Amino acid sequence: MGINFTVNGKAASTDAPPATALLWVIREGLKLTGTKFGCGTGLCGACMVHIDGKRAFSCQTQMSEVAGKVVTTIEGLSLDSSHPLQKAWLAEQVPQCGYCQSGQIMSAADLLNHNPRPTRDQIVEHMSTNICRCGTYQRIVRAVERAAREA
Amino acid sequence: MTKHVAIEGLNTSIPSVLSRRQVMIGAAGLTFAVALTRVDDAFAAVSAVEMTGRPLSPWVSIMSDGTISIMSPATEMGQGSTTSLPLIIAEELDADWSKVRIVPAPPIEALYGNPGFAGQMYTAGSNAVTSYFRPLRIFGAQVRRVLLDTAANKLGVPAAELTTEPSMVVHAKSGRKLSYGDIASIADVPAKAPEIKPEQLKRPSEFRLISKDVMRAELPNKVNGSAKYAIDVQVPGMLYGAVLRTPVEGGAPDKIDESKVRSVDDVIRVVRLPYGVAVLAETAWAALAARRALDGAVTWTRIGMGWGFDSDAGMEAFAAAASTPKVPATEWDRQGNPLEEITKATTVLEATYRCDYAYHAQMEPLNAIASVSPAGDAVELWCGTQSQSLAVEATAKVLGIPRDKVKLNYYLMGGGFGRRGHRDEEFIVDAVLLAKEAGRPVKVLWTREDDVRNGRFRPITAHHLRAGLDATGKLVAWHHRVAGDRVTPYMDTVRFQQGGGRDYILMRGVELRSYDIPHQGTDQLYRDTGVRTSPLRGIGFTANKFVTEAFLDEIAQKRGIDPVAFRLELLKNTPRGRKVVERVAQMADWGRKRDGRGLGFAFIDYSGTLTAGIAEVSLDRGSGQIRVHNFWCTLDCGIPVQPDNVVAQTESSIVYGLGVSLTERISIKDGAVEQSNFYDYRVPRMNEVPIMHIEIIATDNHPTGVGQMATPLVAPAIAGAISQLTGVRLRHTPFTPERVKKALA
Repeated sequence: MGINFTVNGKAASTDAPPATALLWVIREGLKLTGTKFGCGTGLCGACMVHIDGKRAFSCQTQMSEVAGKVVTTIEGLSLDSSHPLQKAWLAEQVPQCGYCQSGQIMSAADLLNHNPRPTRDQIVEHMSTNICRCGTYQRIVRAVERAAREA
Repeated sequence: MTKHVAIEGLNTSIPSVLSRRQVMIGAAGLTFAVALTRVDDAFAAVSAVEMTGRPLSPWVSIMSDGTISIMSPATEMGQGSTTSLPLIIAEELDADWSKVRIVPAPPIEALYGNPGFAGQMYTAGSNAVTSYFRPLRIFGAQVRRVLLDTAANKLGVPAAELTTEPSMVVHAKSGRKLSYGDIASIADVPAKAPEIKPEQLKRPSEFRLISKDVMRAELPNKVNGSAKYAIDVQVPGMLYGAVLRTPVEGGAPDKIDESKVRSVDDVIRVVRLPYGVAVLAETAWAALAARRALDGAVTWTRIGMGWGFDSDAGMEAFAAAASTPKVPATEWDRQGNPLEEITKATTVLEATYRCDYAYHAQMEPLNAIASVSPAGDAVELWCGTQSQSLAVEATAKVLGIPRDKVKLNYYLMGGGFGRRGHRDEEFIVDAVLLAKEAGRPVKVLWTREDDVRNGRFRPITAHHLRAGLDATGKLVAWHHRVAGDRVTPYMDTVRFQQGGGRDYILMRGVELRSYDIPHQGTDQLYRDTGVRTSPLRGIGFTANKFVTEAFLDEIAQKRGIDPVAFRLELLKNTPRGRKVVERVAQMADWGRKRDGRGLGFAFIDYSGTLTAGIAEVSLDRGSGQIRVHNFWCTLDCGIPVQPDNVVAQTESSIVYGLGVSLTERISIKDGAVEQSNFYDYRVPRMNEVPIMHIEIIATDNHPTGVGQMATPLVAPAIAGAISQLTGVRLRHTPFTPERVKKALA
């Protein structure tokens, strides 16, 4: 018995065991590799996706919880990098190694979906779920502020 | 910041079938620009560029439509060399940057080796730009000269009458122009490269690209999920592998209980390796489940010297030895007669400092993919490495095959920080051994727990310092004894021997030549605990500069003078140093007292880059929690090739320094690592970082490194601020709340 769900607007299914983390199905099964493996324990946020419009650690979400749900990954945020956050990320030259940035952007998109004009403190609080080892935090704050301003 | 540049996929696939004729044509065209080119090297270089246009040198090829392909010799881990090195060529070539495509260079040391690493292809030490700067400018200028000479022939005018605009040769007299694309299709590449004299290179005032900001080439792919890292690669027919490694270097698996692993669906088999136990499975999730099932299922032969080691006890033994003069040590560095002069000093100060193990925590856990031929005589790799040379060599060595039987595809790295440049490249070898064993390609994944427990760490060090002041209070003599766990001989025995048996990774940063201290010296107490060690961002500087800068603060305090004024006095013969110090003090308004907040200062001369920092810090005395609110930093790296990236790298360096100063700590019990993931190895998050105020002091000096220079500023600056707030000197990094409380008690 497969598990059916929707990813980036398309129907998807997997025969992975129900306890399998969504992360691995997205990455290795569906080959949507923009979502990253960082810690496997919901501590770093590299695996962040949206499930039914809210951010979720895909490494902490079992496939059994995803049945019938709508999943959005970085690849589905926009078709052409035109999301205000993606544009702001480039304008502020945020990424360094880039590995955590899909998760950062998905976290930030969740924030702006629910709070289009966040204060600096709100940005910092929300984004502290996500680790960036290159320390691009200062630019992330600027990029979220820019996206909120220019959206 | 509006220019976009295309980047090729960061894999360096080389067409394997080329006719003999193609090889010879390519070789003839390639004998200029690099003296050491052999025919087979040229063959590979041509192969790599042949799809992208006419090779005008091993570095540059130009298509008739004007597209210019430029080789990128460095690997990319976020530091930006993929953009800045090709940009240096483009500058002297006078290329239109929007027409440039960047191609990862194949692993051919004779062509693309890093002059700063004895010709290896090696990306580390913040030295790509500084080492490649001169040769790349010359290579760019040589290609431009070939284009000019060809245009002169075509137009029937003397070459001296021609100038260039981006990607265009211009004859002003007649108003005629020829595009680089048009010229490339008719260019005769000379057998011998044209000679370029230094004075024929551009003056800094003529730069169009260098010291102007361009979009980093791979950034657009890093905001939409399309940037490829090794962990993203899948090859047809591949299996997934995971490895339980011996907790202590040198150990080997003894008894293996396979029962729990066998119950995981889709597991193919368990493989005994010399250094661990691996599982092979059809899916990633099965491999990871099987890897979990291995925990506790293996016993180890206690071979190797690290068994039994305890880092707390080890640190105390190091500290006791460092502070006991009769314990033998080797002279590392000396100017004048420090030991003798200290005995003559009016005032002598001394102190002991300690620095703990620290872990890289690159965001992409180690991984690699390999495919070995059925006969075991050839291999293809997909990996992220700081050294193309070492990836190829380590693989060739483990399989006992020639280097040219290793085909390397290298990718962006999700962080490096020194972790991916050891001579054995053990995470690549995992995949090679398992692919050979499986007879199928294998992708090996390290879990985060594997990455921590099998980490290779910034070493522990204990330091004892003594300073002698004369009757006027002048610092006349300085002596520093460092007991530290060896790094260079563990990470790379060849490099250790080539470097005269000196442990540069551990010891660099102890010298204080920018300061006017007439008699100064450092001795090393060589220690080998058996613990896996590594260069980590900032290498020896991070520990050594914490110690030396903090101790200088103690001296200033003893003399009752301001720490910044003291540094300016010591920097009397280092005008560039004075400038960064004066400016950072001005930016931070150093003299102004803050309510409840302290300021601390540090200065560093790091491989030619001069940098100074000031931290503004508060302390919760009840919990021992330190908070850094602001950090000001100035940096003179000569010509800043990509100024905004210099700022970005400096922000990054400061955040990294914050972690190793405050929270990041690895401890060892019975030889094994106690930490396992981000809950017990805490790296900085957004709500813990200060506001950073960074200013580049641009000069026309040769560019020097920027990738890690500010990291060592942070700990001494915080320690200075805490001292200002409390009168207590913190002498052991990281400054965890428990340690701070203990120091205050």
